[in-house]
Amino acid sequence: MTTILTYAFKNLPTTSKWALGFSIRPLSCSSQLRAAPAVQTKTKKTLTKPNIRNIVVVDGVRTPFLLSGTSYKDLMPHDVARAALTGLLHRTSVPKEVVDYIIFGTVIQEVKTSNVAREAALGAGFSDKTPAHTVTMACISANQAMTTGVGLIASGQCDVVVAGGVELMSDIPIRHSRKMRKLMLDLNKAKSVGQRLSLISKFRLNFLAPELPAVAEFSTSETMGHSADRLAAAFAVSRLEQDEYALRSHSLAKKAQDEGLLSDVVPFKVPGKDTVTKDNGIRPSSLEQMAKLKPAFIRPYGTVTAANSSFLTDGASAVLIMAEEKALAMGYKPKAYLRDFMYVSQDPKDQLLLGPTYATPKVLEKAGLTMNDIDAFEFHEAFSGQILANFKAMDSDWFAQNYMGRKTKVGLPPLEKFNNWGGSLSLGHPFGATGCRLVMTAANRLRKEGGQYGLVAACAAGGQVRYSVS
Amino acid sequence: MVACRAIGILGRFSAFRILRSRGYICRNFTESSALLTRTHINYGVKGDVAVIRINSPNSKVSHLISAIQSSIEIMNKSWPSDSIRSCRTYLIKAQAALFMLAACKTPQEVTQISQEAQRTFEKLEKSTKPVVAAISGSCLGGGLELAISCQYRIATKDRKTVLGSPEVLLGILPGAGGTQRLPKMVGVPAAFDMMLTGRNIRADRAKKMGLVDQLVEPLGPGLKPPEERTIEYLEEVAITFAKGLADKKISPKRDKGLVEKLTAYAMTVPFVRQQVYKKVEEKVRKQTKGLYPAPLKIIDVVKTGIEQGSDAGYLSESQKFGELAMTKESKALMGLYHGQVLCKKNKFGAPQKDVKHLAILGAGLMGAGIAQVSVDKGLKTILKDATLTGLGRGQQQVFKGLNDKVKKKALTSFERDSIFSNLTGQLDYQGFEKADMVIEAVFEDLSLKHRVLKEVEAVIPDHCVFASNTSALPISEIAAVSKRPEKVIGMHYFSPVDKMQLLEIITTEKTSKDTSASAVAVGLKQGKVIIVVKDGPGFYTTRCLAPMMSEVIRILQEGVDPKKLDSLTTSFGFPVGAATLVDEVGVDVAKHVAEDLGKAFGERFGGGNPELLTQMVSKGFLGRKSGKGFYIYQEGVKSKNLNSDMDSILASLKIPPKSEVSSDEDIQFRLVTRFVNEAVMCLQEGILATPAEGDIGAVFGLGFPPCLGGPFRFVDLYGAQKLVDRLKKYEAAYGKQFTPCQLLADHANSPNKKFYQ
Repeated sequence: MTTILTYAFKNLPTTSKWALGFSIRPLSCSSQLRAAPAVQTKTKKTLTKPNIRNIVVVDGVRTPFLLSGTSYKDLMPHDVARAALTGLLHRTSVPKEVVDYIIFGTVIQEVKTSNVAREAALGAGFSDKTPAHTVTMACISANQAMTTGVGLIASGQCDVVVAGGVELMSDIPIRHSRKMRKLMLDLNKAKSVGQRLSLISKFRLNFLAPELPAVAEFSTSETMGHSADRLAAAFAVSRLEQDEYALRSHSLAKKAQDEGLLSDVVPFKVPGKDTVTKDNGIRPSSLEQMAKLKPAFIRPYGTVTAANSSFLTDGASAVLIMAEEKALAMGYKPKAYLRDFMYVSQDPKDQLLLGPTYATPKVLEKAGLTMNDIDAFEFHEAFSGQILANFKAMDSDWFAQNYMGRKTKVGLPPLEKFNNWGGSLSLGHPFGATGCRLVMTAANRLRKEGGQYGLVAACAAGGQVRYSVS
Repeated sequence: MVACRAIGILGRFSAFRILRSRGYICRNFTESSALLTRTHINYGVKGDVAVIRINSPNSKVSHLISAIQSSIEIMNKSWPSDSIRSCRTYLIKAQAALFMLAACKTPQEVTQISQEAQRTFEKLEKSTKPVVAAISGSCLGGGLELAISCQYRIATKDRKTVLGSPEVLLGILPGAGGTQRLPKMVGVPAAFDMMLTGRNIRADRAKKMGLVDQLVEPLGPGLKPPEERTIEYLEEVAITFAKGLADKKISPKRDKGLVEKLTAYAMTVPFVRQQVYKKVEEKVRKQTKGLYPAPLKIIDVVKTGIEQGSDAGYLSESQKFGELAMTKESKALMGLYHGQVLCKKNKFGAPQKDVKHLAILGAGLMGAGIAQVSVDKGLKTILKDATLTGLGRGQQQVFKGLNDKVKKKALTSFERDSIFSNLTGQLDYQGFEKADMVIEAVFEDLSLKHRVLKEVEAVIPDHCVFASNTSALPISEIAAVSKRPEKVIGMHYFSPVDKMQLLEIITTEKTSKDTSASAVAVGLKQGKVIIVVKDGPGFYTTRCLAPMMSEVIRILQEGVDPKKLDSLTTSFGFPVGAATLVDEVGVDVAKHVAEDLGKAFGERFGGGNPELLTQMVSKGFLGRKSGKGFYIYQEGVKSKNLNSDMDSILASLKIPPKSEVSSDEDIQFRLVTRFVNEAVMCLQEGILATPAEGDIGAVFGLGFPPCLGGPFRFVDLYGAQKLVDRLKKYEAAYGKQFTPCQLLADHANSPNKKFYQ
């Protein structure tokens, strides 16, 4: 299932403070903007749909994304999620009783807090009357949280929803083996000493072998990195291309961080540790350094290395989504409209990471836009090889004809509009939380760079991908 | 059944050849005209690396050898040896190998071929420039020998890529250095296992054994079709390794595991080696009963190579290769191979409508077996039974069959689940309106078959084929109640369906050509070897078996111990003893068939007293399924004991043996000649279309000794005259049952007449 999330940005009057970023748009639409200084400005294209409520992102925040095993290592997932939620409360000053619903995405679940949304919300000072649930959809869990919220608002069930995501890879639930668990459960039920002894006599040392949560596809038993390496090979993406792309991501992220563009990050005072204020995975290196690394998955001749893959990350994110009229009534100046979205899915073996290619044209078509209309592309970077393979697929007529049922290729997103503030390769990728980061980055970029539409896309395990246009 | 394994022997073996040069690239083009004249050889330069690809599905081993020779020549001639470092990678796709041998008349000729190949591969092995073999697809026989002559091997890790030396299944041995190199490469025990069983080894297993050095994962869709890109990727990786080897950055030496090291050390002790040879030889003798000469010669050649050095080994290999190629066994086995290729084709052409939805009636052993071989080929299959218990048993059988594959790692649990979702179990006729074919596998009772046929015809669409899985009921009788007899056909599967490769398809006078085409297409999809025969009592297979079974009863009545009878039949080459076979088939089934066919054919099918079977059935001795037959079967007990309760039955029906036809050899021939005579009669009567189908049916369906190549090959190789003489001798003792049929007599009268020219 590939997801496409379309976030349509509507331009509001240039006089409006929060729309300042848009005034520099050199297109004819800006004159139209001035001509019609109403809230619902007619832009060159409007994505408003009749009879459907306009839904906006008021604002969004995230904790700094940290390499797993660093400052967050002693926390539990709901602790990090709570930090994002308190950050959001602080940033937006939303009265807690207004929030109708809270949804969080997460991938590797801590069994003690399986509804991590609820645990985090209670601790973050939200009302205990606000229901919360947790969703999971691999790397697009946070996107799923947001689109679930969009659905709740669009259908009139809610007006205000908080959506977010969290992942804590520093601690993962390692289980006893199935045999050991069975033995322990049976022991619980055993009534007599004899029964217990006979059960214990069945114990074998190999029962103690632990079971790790798989980083592999369940259906194919293939790890994501392995799949990415094969994908890169299938599209003939070279090691050098991958390293160059990773370097670009890290350099742009560094630049964005230094220039203070990553405004969605909120400081997090980790109990017992210093306050964390920024992402710690951004490491611009040199191509020579990167070339020295050995392949991480397909040894010894693969092309995916630690340097051109996203790393295991801890972090959480949260966004405040509202019905437009509610936001305006409360005096908010929303950052973006959330428009069309779409989930698509493909073969989990060979096309696991190709979702963006499939979803992009579909969501654009749905929104009545073309590639040229998009001002900010934010794609999830699982691996350099995955992004580049998607580029090659989007640029290939053969692929479009043979696998997508299209007459012509999708077309490449222009690189100067693509992940300009870094991406998951450099900022990090807490599985459950990346979706909100993508959307907020797109929104902030549109404001900063002066664009109208953004497109967000991500690929996820199980061959699912989501896209969003904002 | 050795011959069953012969399938797929000549797979494709792929290789490319990469020549790397520094500054001399243009020269090899001029010198390579010899290569370029062959269309299956493709030659090019990649960067500073020259690539030769040999890629042909049907070329003979001789092409392979000459291609290698010319490339070695090119290397030696065109480049001053000190100025280049060249690495070559082979990827050959060749329906390889051994069939040029058919043209050879003497062992010397074959030996010569072997020696030529040995010399070529030795040059390759000793080449100072590293050679890399890239393997995709089947790398068998001569292909494997080429691969192991290279310094480095890289294989695609997919299901299609298998390595093996199946020569033994054709009654010969690896004759191009394989017997000498393989033990050095994978160790003596593993090498024996490969060469003596001829088994296919999947790429990942080959990597563990040290047969290949690297694996390449198959790729998915990219900018080219996946298969094409995978080969290209394999080539790219091979080039990387070739360069690495030339630059001495990669060592062709492999790290051996502890067990491997210990085994290798143990094999350096002469005493241990002798024990290994002895053990293997004993095992081979026990299994082949001296009927197959190839395995023993393989052991001998390997031994010579290890004990007396390579020169002696190579010499012995080529000589033994020559000798083996001329044996009857090898001719019989190769004949079977050819027959099998023939029976893997649809002579009716493509059916008008592809069968996508299959419905099977009856979830018994056969029904569930048919379902199992269908669902894993992607056919949407309905399994219908009359009772929930019966259905549940059938579904469990299918699941177990698939799950066993998961345990053997031939499937993943995910693939099992998705395959299993192709199966729908139900008690009613829901969904039959979509069925393209219905196969009924209900109990062998004509009125029951009539009833289901009528029921089914009420619900199926017009184009739907109705196939009956029966072992003896004539299809035309079943079709008698059909509204559309042109859509009725017989599909006789053999139990256990997932193991037995044969499918006997029976057409009636009225069966349309398209119906036959559909049935064959489905059978081929299910992976079956197919013979198509005309309708008649017992068709072909059951009809041949029946007179032999009748003779089995007579022999038992004459006081031969079932154990003795079993050992006589197995030592003749049958995989299962005659008495055991009756137990396995089921005494009630045997009785049923004997009665039916006895009525149809009269005295010719007489001999033994059917009363024996009747009494066994009445006492509940139904064979394995009831736990008692001629033997006693117990869960978990391997050794079989005779059922002592049979003594009284046998005693009551005892007849005096006729001493002139009761030697061990006579007993064997009484069984075989009746079988063969009936088979030839089937050809005479037009039940069989070709002798090849008759041979395949007998070997793959009934276990006729593969070393004899099937009844028709047996007549050719043994001599029709000698056979008729024997029949006449038995005819004198027992009468009509042994009267040679006209066709056999014709063959005896004119020695030039052969079933296989």
